[in-house]
Amino acid sequence: MSPDYAGLFRALGPEAALVVGALAVLGLDLTLFRRHSLGERLRLALWVGSLAVLAAGVHVWRGGAPGPVFGAVLMLDPLAVATRFGVLVLTLLTLGVARSSTAQRQPAEYVALILFAATGLILMAAAQQLLLVFLALELASLSLYVIAGFDRNRPETAEAALKYFLFGGIAAAFLLFGFSLIYGVTGSIELPQIAAQIAVQGANPLLLVALAMVLVAFGFKTAAAPFHLWAPDVYQGAPAPSAALVASASKLAGFTLFTRLLWPGLGAAAGSTASFNAGPGWLPAVAVIAAASLLLGNLVALAQTNLRRLLAYSAIAHSGAMLLGVMAAGRAGPAPLFYYASTYGLATVGAFGVICAAERGGRCEAISDLAGLYKRSPFLAGCLAVFILSLAGIPPLAGFFGKFTVFAAALRLGGVAAPAGSLAILAIALSAVALYYYLIVLKQALVAKPTAGAQPIKVAPATALALFAAAGLIVWFGLFPAELLGLF
Amino acid sequence: MSSVPLLSLLVFVPWAGALVLACLPGLGRRALRILALGFSLSTLVLALASLGSFDRASTGYQFVERHAWIPSLGVHYHLGMDGLSLLLVLLTGLLAPAGLLASWRQERDARFFNLLYLLLQGAAVGVFLALDFFHWFIFWELSLIPAYFLIRLWGGPAASRAAYQFVIYTIGGSAFLLLGFAAIFAATGALDFEALSRMGADGTLAAKLAALGGWWPQAVFLGVFLGFAVKVPLYPFHTWLPLAYAEAPTGVSMFLTGVMSKMGVYGFLRILWPLFPGPLHAAAVPLLWLALGGAVLGAFAAMRQTDLKRMVAYSSVNHLSYCLLALFAVCAATGRPHPTSEAAAAALSGTLLQLFNHGLSAGALFYCVGMLEARSGGRRGIGDFGGVRTAAPVFAGLCGIAMFSSLGLPGLNGFIGEFLIFRGVWGLVPWAAAVACLGLFATAFFLLTFWQRVFHGPRSGAASGVFADASRLDLAVLLPLVALMFLLGVLPQLLTGLFNPLITSWANHMPLP
Amino acid sequence: MSLLPWTIYTSLAGALLALVAGARSARAARWIALLSAGGAWALTLAAASRFVPGPSLQTLVDLPWVPSMGVRYHLAADGISLTLLVLTGLASTAGVLFSWNVTERAGEFFALFLTLVAGVYGVFLSADALLFFAFYEIAIVPKYFLIAVWGSTNREYGAMKLALYSFAGSAMVLAGLLWVYAAGGGHGFGFADLAQAAATLPRRQQIVVFAFVFFGFATLAGLFPLHTWAPTGHVAAPTAASMLLAGVVMKLGAYGCLRVALPLSPVGFAYWQTPIAWLAVVGIVYAGLVALMQADLKFVIGYSSVSHMGFVMLGLAAANLQSAGGAVLQMFSHGVIAGLLFAVVGRMVYDRTHTRQLADLRAMQLYRRLPFAAAVFVIAGIASMGLPGFSGFPAELTILVGAWKTRPAWAAVGALGVLVAAAFTLRAIQLGFFGSADKAAPAGDAAPLAPITLAEKLGAFLLVGATVLIGIRPDLLLNWINPALQSPLLQTVLKGGAS
Repeated sequence: MSPDYAGLFRALGPEAALVVGALAVLGLDLTLFRRHSLGERLRLALWVGSLAVLAAGVHVWRGGAPGPVFGAVLMLDPLAVATRFGVLVLTLLTLGVARSSTAQRQPAEYVALILFAATGLILMAAAQQLLLVFLALELASLSLYVIAGFDRNRPETAEAALKYFLFGGIAAAFLLFGFSLIYGVTGSIELPQIAAQIAVQGANPLLLVALAMVLVAFGFKTAAAPFHLWAPDVYQGAPAPSAALVASASKLAGFTLFTRLLWPGLGAAAGSTASFNAGPGWLPAVAVIAAASLLLGNLVALAQTNLRRLLAYSAIAHSGAMLLGVMAAGRAGPAPLFYYASTYGLATVGAFGVICAAERGGRCEAISDLAGLYKRSPFLAGCLAVFILSLAGIPPLAGFFGKFTVFAAALRLGGVAAPAGSLAILAIALSAVALYYYLIVLKQALVAKPTAGAQPIKVAPATALALFAAAGLIVWFGLFPAELLGLF
Repeated sequence: MSSVPLLSLLVFVPWAGALVLACLPGLGRRALRILALGFSLSTLVLALASLGSFDRASTGYQFVERHAWIPSLGVHYHLGMDGLSLLLVLLTGLLAPAGLLASWRQERDARFFNLLYLLLQGAAVGVFLALDFFHWFIFWELSLIPAYFLIRLWGGPAASRAAYQFVIYTIGGSAFLLLGFAAIFAATGALDFEALSRMGADGTLAAKLAALGGWWPQAVFLGVFLGFAVKVPLYPFHTWLPLAYAEAPTGVSMFLTGVMSKMGVYGFLRILWPLFPGPLHAAAVPLLWLALGGAVLGAFAAMRQTDLKRMVAYSSVNHLSYCLLALFAVCAATGRPHPTSEAAAAALSGTLLQLFNHGLSAGALFYCVGMLEARSGGRRGIGDFGGVRTAAPVFAGLCGIAMFSSLGLPGLNGFIGEFLIFRGVWGLVPWAAAVACLGLFATAFFLLTFWQRVFHGPRSGAASGVFADASRLDLAVLLPLVALMFLLGVLPQLLTGLFNPLITSWANHMPLP
Repeated sequence: MSLLPWTIYTSLAGALLALVAGARSARAARWIALLSAGGAWALTLAAASRFVPGPSLQTLVDLPWVPSMGVRYHLAADGISLTLLVLTGLASTAGVLFSWNVTERAGEFFALFLTLVAGVYGVFLSADALLFFAFYEIAIVPKYFLIAVWGSTNREYGAMKLALYSFAGSAMVLAGLLWVYAAGGGHGFGFADLAQAAATLPRRQQIVVFAFVFFGFATLAGLFPLHTWAPTGHVAAPTAASMLLAGVVMKLGAYGCLRVALPLSPVGFAYWQTPIAWLAVVGIVYAGLVALMQADLKFVIGYSSVSHMGFVMLGLAAANLQSAGGAVLQMFSHGVIAGLLFAVVGRMVYDRTHTRQLADLRAMQLYRRLPFAAAVFVIAGIASMGLPGFSGFPAELTILVGAWKTRPAWAAVGALGVLVAAAFTLRAIQLGFFGSADKAAPAGDAAPLAPITLAEKLGAFLLVGATVLIGIRPDLLLNWINPALQSPLLQTVLKGGAS
């Protein structure tokens, strides 16, 4: 079997477009745009970057889902394609949001790094070989570490970036160790062979250690408890667009990557969904992580006064729910998980976008800084309402259907008696708790009167467009969930 | 006559009057009073008109109007009149205009007062004519609302509490009544009094309720019983009465005692007795004691009063208890052989006569107390007056006749009713008659005390100054009432003729348990 | 009939237009709101005029929505839903009329109001449990903002409590529905599908799942002891919102109990029937007694709503044709009456006197200064007491009759509630409007109050007319309701006894 370089080339078109775009941004900024003001340079860089993302998107769209590529190093199944497209949409929205970001000393570098991160992320979506998985993950992560610390005006940014980097580094080490064990046990780095080998061998202690290592990395990447410690600080400290990307596109790609790793790759070692003590496997561990995330995220979020930290804990809670989707993906397919992750991404990008835009009109740290938003910018207030309500899972917004499909799929694994089912019931109960902190946010934005001297907020057209698009997509996918659910 | 819905007119003309008053806000005070009086007189006029074509020999309902109303609940619009209804409608026709005249000088919010009064009158007539529980209950309950406001807004200083107590007590009774009928409806699917009486007579109702098991059949009886007992009121459910009657304005007190208290007795006769002959028979002895309690204790309580209005109010408790005494005696004697039916007939006609007579005499007495109150600037203590006879001889004469009618002086109307009751009860349950005599003495005692302290002796208290004699208005109210007292004292058959066949049929076919 | 789905769309369109127009002119917003609410009401009446009563839900729209999960966009109506649709139209139109004086953020106010109305219409029209649930939640969210922004006394607390209770309830419902759905193999959310699926569960699970769904809905219906959100929420809400909350939104819960919960699992219902009925009758009496103690007139009405909804729940729990028919009738009746009471207290009185304390009102002798308000309150109060001639009477009578058939003791305690209702209503009338003259307010306080506006009169006449009409002709509604109770699905829980 000779390697299919042409196919590989076609398959990697989007990555190529992003990389070329990133280089173009850097190059043009150094040459043509040098004399422009900072704001102007940011605008131009964003334009070029957006074009690159659009080009990548067109590539993904036209490429279709040919299946395994290049000897199954890449897997371009519908999930991969949908994730790649989703990541690109979220990246584009992030770029729109970034138009409003303040205090950018090096706009071109920032945009280029976002594009590099996106490159890593879409590669993660399709990677099916451990080596490539690791490479893609590291490409994305390194870029994200940098943009998380990009705002040098605020000391907490540096702390956030450092924390992110340290935790990320440890997680990467765990992952690499896990991979090496898997390789050692199965003798392969290709997921199909690994799956075949595990099916033959059955579970053994070494494999279980490997699974544990992988799950730690997984927990880190998706900010699931108890590997979530970095998330509140990064969400709080990072520039808003960076946080948006970390919270949305990175999460979507991470979930796709690990779902692929766990189900087609390590599915044979999943263990049973029937009960907690039915034997070793990664499903019970995921169930525990999910339960911890749901409880910790929702309960700690209740105590938050900082808007971004609140979003961070809500993100942890959502991770718990998405982990249910991962558990159910073996039976129900990836559709519920993908729907949940992508629409969650839209809402999070939107929420950070609103924060980013609001920061131009003054501080936007504490929840109470949102007071009177309805008067300062009705548009932002309306968008924020859509995003937050979607996060809370209110129909007809997409967040509702995300919860609904994931929980339904989890319940179908074995009824309420099974771990996934009881977790679904727990998650539903906690969603009523979650409503409290979401309403606290909306109360400030829509009910509370503006503080004295609060200025109206002007929203940059690009940001407005991005926010409007995100809100529109949330409503659209909420009204017509079959558009996404029917993809798989 | 048959083409004219006479009974509907009887009910709805007063209400139409209320509507007219509501729609004519610009009307002068005098004009609206005359208008209201006209509408109020319609009951008397129509009742007399129906008297003309009323078949005295028949025991069934006449002028019946029956139309399907709420098919899904089996409810009909069903009005009918027999001797009992006719008697009470006539009484309403007499007392309602009298009460309005008594309030002729009511200056404050006169339009609203007259409007409410007409509403009350229509509801009362409706209670006496409706033969289907559903709309009978509408009239029964809706009569409370105007009465509440009439007491509350135009009453004395404690009117607020009086009105509240009055309505809460009565609605409390009605709640049990409603529950009882809910149970009856659940068991039989019927709400029509005629149909239910048939079932009561042949025992199917009792059988159907017995299917509930436990003490529920008794509870149903008790519920319906309570509804009426509070309304009459039967001792010991009377505690709302003195306050309400005393605080209400004169015209309203007249109506309350003359008509509304009859609604309760009517309920006993029309509904409770036919529907529950068995339980009534079973409970007759305790009930007799309650009725005796009302008769005796009511009279003694009246004796202890210093407030004349409260005294008259307690006398109402006493008088109405005689009616119930007779009924319970009949129930107690049910099932015994001849000659019970003759005694029963006497007791029952006495009851009906007493209903009418008490209406006349109590109405007149309340009016007299009202006159005293009006002339003394609101005082009505028994010690506040003296020698009124010398100051106002005509008034004293009329009042005295009303009093003697009330204490049952032969020759006046009150005597015949009480005599028949005692005769009947003596024949049925002798001991009860004996005990009840105590009440007679007490009544005589307090009425004579009233008479002596207020009208005799030297002029003192409020009567020591200027004290006007009866005005033309007073005469217009009192003269017809007094004339009727004489007339019916001499010719009771004018009334008994209306209901004799009915009584005979009741007494002969006394529903057996 | 085919017009009925347009009630949802009309209301949503009205909401959007009001939001847009309201940014410029409050006047435009309220006219848009009136037109859209009135238009939707007209649609329900037009549908009602051509309605042929029958035992089945008559499908209006049925499209696949999420094919992979068997969720359908299925709208249908029967006599029960039609009754409540007409009520929604009536209450919302009157609500707009009583909100004519809203000027602060008027566009948003009416937009939220109409969104709420749209959600309510949607619930009453849904024939797919998930769709039902979605509309149900759509109806809940605007409530929070309506109360938190435009409310009065303790509004943020009231709004949050209401929202959290509602969501806790709806979370229970969702959990139960998903549980059953998953057990049925994920075929669909049709009511019959779910009932079939639930029947496959073991008995213990059926009992639990029924409790989830029923008590979830019952929270919104204000079943004791899950009712504590209702008084605080209703009191805090602006007039139109409390009218709609007490009048219609609480009915959503009761309707959910009847339409979704009862047929879901007859086994579960059989287990819970007695506790539910006792909670209902205890609630009737308890809430009534609490209402008797209140110092704030609006709280009296808030608790009275709980008491009256107890009758609805009693009717459902007694589970025979009569009691269930009475329950639906009571939903309509209470919707109208509660609307009227809240309108008088919130709009006519509070907006003019700025107090609702009975102690203050007592000194004002409002029956002289606002005779119209007093008259309307008296009528509404009489109707609320369950006096005959008004809609509350046939409703409570049929409920009591039905409850008696199932268990006489329930009816006996329930009847006590009638008495308590009379007590607290009379107290409210007496203290609120017919205070004593000897405590006359100081001269400065006796400044003339603004006269009752035309919009208020119109709204009051609509509601009074409705309660009298149904009081005299309850069969107008019973003829719709009773056949619908004969549907095979409801027949699994409702015992015979054709009326």
